[in-house]
Amino acid sequence: MDALIDLLPELWTATYETLYIVALTLFLGGLGGLCVGLGLYLTRGGSILENRALFFILNFLVNFIRPIPFIIFLAAAQPLARAVTGSGIGNNAIIFTIALAASFAMARIVEQNLLTVTPGVIDAARSVGAGPLRIIFTVLLPEALGPLILGYTFIFVALVDMSAVAGYVGGGGLGNFALQYGYRQFNPIVTWAAVLLIIVLVQFVQFLGNYLARKALRR
Amino acid sequence: MAVVSLRNVGKIYAPTSKGAASVTAISDVSLDIEAGDIYGIIGYSGAGKSTLVRLINALERSTSGEIWVKGQNIAAMRERDLRQVRLGIGMIFQQFNLLGSRTVARNVEYPLEVAGHPKEQRAARVTQLLDFVGLSDKAGSFPDQLSGGQKQRVGIARALATQPSILLADEATSALDPETTHEVLALLKRVNAEFGATIIVITHEMDVIQTIATKVAVMDQGRVIERGPVFDVFSNPQSAASARFVSTVVKGVPSPAELAVLRQRHAGRIVTLAFRDSAVDQSAVFGELARAGVGFEVVYGGINEIQGRAFGHLTLALTGADAVVDPVLDHIRTLTTVTEGR
Repeated sequence: MDALIDLLPELWTATYETLYIVALTLFLGGLGGLCVGLGLYLTRGGSILENRALFFILNFLVNFIRPIPFIIFLAAAQPLARAVTGSGIGNNAIIFTIALAASFAMARIVEQNLLTVTPGVIDAARSVGAGPLRIIFTVLLPEALGPLILGYTFIFVALVDMSAVAGYVGGGGLGNFALQYGYRQFNPIVTWAAVLLIIVLVQFVQFLGNYLARKALRR
Repeated sequence: MAVVSLRNVGKIYAPTSKGAASVTAISDVSLDIEAGDIYGIIGYSGAGKSTLVRLINALERSTSGEIWVKGQNIAAMRERDLRQVRLGIGMIFQQFNLLGSRTVARNVEYPLEVAGHPKEQRAARVTQLLDFVGLSDKAGSFPDQLSGGQKQRVGIARALATQPSILLADEATSALDPETTHEVLALLKRVNAEFGATIIVITHEMDVIQTIATKVAVMDQGRVIERGPVFDVFSNPQSAASARFVSTVVKGVPSPAELAVLRQRHAGRIVTLAFRDSAVDQSAVFGELARAGVGFEVVYGGINEIQGRAFGHLTLALTGADAVVDPVLDHIRTLTTVTEGR
């Protein structure tokens, strides 16, 4: 317990770092996932921008990256992270790698949620002269908003999970804190302090996501 | 002048997977739809009627032929140019297809947004449209709070927003109960009468055709097999499929099975007389029978009215010796068509 009190400054820093990593990856990965997911949805057979070749490539890419366990992906994508962020280690590198992995995970969730939009409303929009871009912003995204919010809430938890291994490439955060000060120094109280904080964070975000989704779905 | 004119239009769907056969949805359809018509297109599921109507606003592209809409061949146009054409063609759907994330008012406003009308102008137009369909009090409601009939009225208001001169109704009443169906059909009739819009109605229900259409085309297996004024097709269908559709709303000539049942109950000769328009005087026919002393009983049939004109078939069971009946029937044959049920 005393050890934990001594470590409080480090704990707050780690919490802040986790929030920072997760917030940034949620934004970047969320945006990437939205783009790739829209790409999958729009190019599939019978959709408004049907393009078999593009769909095949996107679909292959998503299937290729998604099954790689994140800790291995982290190592495998390190040269790419170095090329993009300038360094293969540290928070920026891990943010890049998580955002990349999350984009492909999120893409499937986005695609699935868009597929729940009845094709008829797209026909209705086309029948009044709406073009593809307008259909995306005035029909597809608003109609799928409720499930999309739940999808983003779901991916948030996955991001917290992924950020926990940041310590392996010199990143910070609660995962690193728990391993470094709790596990390696045989202090379960310190480990559990980190676990508790993560649980509180996840519960809060899940609650917020449910609330927003309910509002979007009006039920 | 025809506002919509199809010339040898065909639509073939490419095979969905390797080795599968391509599907011919529409083949060689030519059709002229005049301004102000309420043109019904009837056919069973899979006859191609929904595909046909979707070709008229190019939601689906034809694979052959020409589709002239208000003087433009839209079959030859690019998707981008079609958007302008679509503003002049309203469409309503079987499943209404309202945007669930928008209120009733914002659904009706949608086509006006797409057309780029300024905001104040849009609000005024929406108020006017909701008033026309009788849903002013539902402006702030969401579609899932409405009944089927109300949803379709919102659909109609939305389709009319940009004042299109053509309205396509794709099975617009098929998801509604009979009473609501008649409300919606009455509304479509008003759209035709008050705005002069040409309406193309796709349906599998002959009742819908009987209620509002002025002209009808019967489709079967991707082809138009019969067309003409509704009265003509109803009173004198030329094809077996048309006759089947007509028989769903009109009791005409008894089928062989029905005739067999009639035979069991009535010993005498059974004849069916056609009455078309007021060309045939019923009292003259019945007068003949009475004068000759031939007893008769009406056992089947009915008289219908379509667009203010009456027609129908009456099947009579006659009592009397052949020697008496034959000359009378010969005389009645000079007045109208007589079919003897044997």
